[in-house]
Amino acid sequence: MVSTGSTHDWTYAPAPESRSVVDIKESYGLFIDGEFTDGTGTSFKSINPATEEVLAEVAEASEADVDRAVKAARRAYTRVWSRMSGAERAKYLYRIARIIQERGRELAVLESIDNGKPIKESRDFDVPTAAAHFFYYAGWADKLKYAGYGETPLGVAGQVIPWNFPLLMLSWKIAPALAAGNTVVLKPAETTPLTALLFAEICQQAELPPGVVNIVTGAGDTGRSLVSHSDVDKVAFTGSTEVGRAIARAVAGTDKKVTLELGGKAANIVFDDAPIDQAIEGIVGGIFFNQGHVCCAGSRLLVQESVADEVMERLKRRMSTLRLGDPLDKNTDVGAINSGEQLTRIRELAGVGDAEGAERWEVACDLPTKGYWFPPTVFTGVSQAHRIAREEIFGPVLSVLTFRTPAEAVEKANNTPYGLSAGVWTDKGSRILSIANQLRAGVVWANTFNKFDPTSPFGGYKESGYGREGGRHGLQAYLKGER
Amino acid sequence: MRRFLHGLPGVEQVGEEARAAGLGTRSIKTTAKAQALDLAIRMVDLTTLEGSDTPGKVRALSSKAMRPDPADPTCPATAAVCVYPDMVAIAKETLGDSGVNVAAVATAFPSGRAALDIKLADTRDAVEAGADEIDMVIDRGAFLSGRYKAVFDEIVAVREACARPDGDSAHLKVIFETGELQTYDNVRRASWLAMMAGAHFIKTSTGKVQPAATLPVTLVMLEAVRDFRDSTGHMVGVKPAGGIRTAKDAIKYLVMVNEVVGGDWLDPDWFRFGASTLLNDLLMQRTKMTTGRYSGPDYFTLD
Repeated sequence: MVSTGSTHDWTYAPAPESRSVVDIKESYGLFIDGEFTDGTGTSFKSINPATEEVLAEVAEASEADVDRAVKAARRAYTRVWSRMSGAERAKYLYRIARIIQERGRELAVLESIDNGKPIKESRDFDVPTAAAHFFYYAGWADKLKYAGYGETPLGVAGQVIPWNFPLLMLSWKIAPALAAGNTVVLKPAETTPLTALLFAEICQQAELPPGVVNIVTGAGDTGRSLVSHSDVDKVAFTGSTEVGRAIARAVAGTDKKVTLELGGKAANIVFDDAPIDQAIEGIVGGIFFNQGHVCCAGSRLLVQESVADEVMERLKRRMSTLRLGDPLDKNTDVGAINSGEQLTRIRELAGVGDAEGAERWEVACDLPTKGYWFPPTVFTGVSQAHRIAREEIFGPVLSVLTFRTPAEAVEKANNTPYGLSAGVWTDKGSRILSIANQLRAGVVWANTFNKFDPTSPFGGYKESGYGREGGRHGLQAYLKGER
Repeated sequence: MRRFLHGLPGVEQVGEEARAAGLGTRSIKTTAKAQALDLAIRMVDLTTLEGSDTPGKVRALSSKAMRPDPADPTCPATAAVCVYPDMVAIAKETLGDSGVNVAAVATAFPSGRAALDIKLADTRDAVEAGADEIDMVIDRGAFLSGRYKAVFDEIVAVREACARPDGDSAHLKVIFETGELQTYDNVRRASWLAMMAGAHFIKTSTGKVQPAATLPVTLVMLEAVRDFRDSTGHMVGVKPAGGIRTAKDAIKYLVMVNEVVGGDWLDPDWFRFGASTLLNDLLMQRTKMTTGRYSGPDYFTLD
């Protein structure tokens, strides 16, 4: 039958998640020694990136405040937490995990408001995975002797986390630290402090002993005070390679242990025998998940030249069905860029892509007039010499390169200063194994992308950082080790 | 044939199921829901395929297909009623020129285990009795043993048997019984095979084997009709059948159609639901949308 189908337009009505579950206060203090206290720095505002609405005023922790927090953490470490049995620590972690689940909707809505990510993702990914991390490490707390890294905690951990997955990164940091018997001072990113402060409330609700978890809000200065504090035994950082380098310099010559989870420019390699429809989903999920604000995002698509045209055609068709807009709408696939600063950086690098002669294609969609938005974008005709193939854009921008042979694919994939993640798409099992073995990346996904699980270690090669988070390996970063 | 079918891109099971589940989380509210419910009603092939079917049962079912909600004249009719060939004349008589089609399952439904001439006679009988649509089953034994050409030839022969003396032809739906084919690769191959043999519709299941229609299986078939139109310009319809019982489920299928193949297929000419109990849930939800109140099953007819 020759196609006579008449197009039926079926528009989804708005399906906004209610904001009434969250109660955002006008101002927030620091969480030190189990209590909220005022900061002595200059307070700053956290805004909703989708609307530019000011959400709350947040205290800035000065050096003195950070010192207060570290002292509280030290006290809690020596007097309570390091003396407690693993089984007792586990009870608190299980309790926190359950409260995260119980208050899941509240956390998800707050995360979407403060970060700009779609409620679909905060509800179905961030919050459940955060709870899963606490459940997982709760299980390790009384079994440390079987993990192989000794049973002696390091002491006080200073942790600095990014704005892309505020609650989830907090969980990646806090859960293993506490399970191993450390206490923590954590600094959330300045643009997304609200779920960390709600987490502080959850610690109170779980009756976690005061000082075991301390949250200090602020920007770069607060972070610097924290990582360079002389009584911090361990520094854990997730964020940009630039800041990671500065931290490595700051702790050089001290006996602080450091783990860094930094940038990435992952290759997503699609061979001509790939399961094509799933590969398209993997490419889309790989770069447009969380607006591309993902350190392990598949930002470089390496596609075999023989199927490049077909893949591009299918990719563009699929991208055209992405729904960009109100992060609280349950049908939104792509939310807001987290900050004006980040939007500027994305625009700048996309502009460089144009200037260097790559061909830009973007989804035709109306961008909201308020807030920070960037449409899902793909650049074709990109080569390794282009800046958009080398630098981390950290936004919804995909660079497409082609290759001819498996060897060329591996060569191009590895030709980057980063090495956090990679993806391989092929129907051939033997090829998956051989390619994965040659890729210098901490995580290699086969016929899938951006899959996370608390049982699986995550971390990078080269400029993507060192140390592993998650899994049994994640405990190593918080224990003194055997020998 | 074999080389072509085996050369189709593979389906990665985990990813396919994740995509189907992802589409299932869409939240369809208010006006979009009202539109979807009416569309879904218009896409129902209201089905009775029991050994105990009688003329009385088929007449009652046909009346319901024409006026699903006697209390509300704005409620649309279903697309068709689906019966065994010997009930076609009865259904036709009741439906008259109401616009509701009669679909007949033929070719030794549901197993398909009979000689070809019997299957063809079965089909011709149904067409002669006035069937507008023929739902045939493929020979799964032949398919699973790799005799693709035999399956292909049989579909071609049945399609020829669908011809009416006036030169017109009953529409042919080809049932794969995906619960027996089991793998998504098989479903993709069966889809292409049937489309190349001239199927007007491809259909998941007879409803007699579990699992019947599922979202991921339907997704594989939708991808196939989309790709088939891309390469040939010909549009083929899709009919999930069996196991779709709630309005919520039906809406998930419509979301999938909308986002995977697009609005062209959002029409009873190109997408159908094979179902018996689905209709009443659609009607209950529809009444809820218009009155703001849920009513009990006693307010909807049993047929």
